[in-house]
Amino acid sequence: MFEAVLWISVTFISLAMIGLIYRVIKGPTVADRVVALDAIGISLVSVIALVSIVLETSAFLDIILLIGILTFIGTVAFSKFLEKGVIMEYDRNGDR
Amino acid sequence: MKTNDVILQTVTKFVLFVIILFSIHLFFAGHYYPGGGFIGGLMTSGAIVLLLLAFDIKTVKMILPFDYIKVVAVGLLIAIGTGAGALFFNMPFLTHAYTYAYLPLLGKTSLHTAVLFDTGVFLVVIGVTMTIIQTIGESE
Repeated sequence: MFEAVLWISVTFISLAMIGLIYRVIKGPTVADRVVALDAIGISLVSVIALVSIVLETSAFLDIILLIGILTFIGTVAFSKFLEKGVIMEYDRNGDR
Repeated sequence: MKTNDVILQTVTKFVLFVIILFSIHLFFAGHYYPGGGFIGGLMTSGAIVLLLLAFDIKTVKMILPFDYIKVVAVGLLIAIGTGAGALFFNMPFLTHAYTYAYLPLLGKTSLHTAVLFDTGVFLVVIGVTMTIIQTIGESE
């Protein structure tokens, strides 16, 4: 019973990820694509957590933290590109 | 237009240490569990990239005054030196030795010379990644 609930959750999160991939490809503006990529990362984390509950292992918990950190850095980089147009500036108080 | 990034800089000052601690954990978990020098180096360079995003290249150069190409050279020297060290004991190249020791606080620990090789890989990965990112990231 409990395992069936877990598999149903995995199915629905996967369906949600298909919708998000549609938004990444089709999205009218860049901001839509960035939000969709961030949501794909969070869905991936939840799928891995559910699978590690099903398999009763703790080997995937490092991967969850890794994906969380990488999606955080990626979203920050995309947001900075959208706001400033440059990702790494040489001197943030200067005129360049 | 001057943008306001107080939240990003405050979060970075805290999250940076979490990422670096996680990369050290990945580095030392490498022999029996997922992890190792390569992925630990990638996480450390991810932390430096977060620092570059929140601040700027000039500040990061002041905080970490390394020439990353020399970091690559030192890492390669450590890795090759560990591999060649086995030749002095009449063993094949890259043979590694291990022993079990009782350390205070840690209990029974297995000490491997593969950790030294992984340190070399760690430094090479940090150096190569940061060289690539700084070359791409600079505007001129």
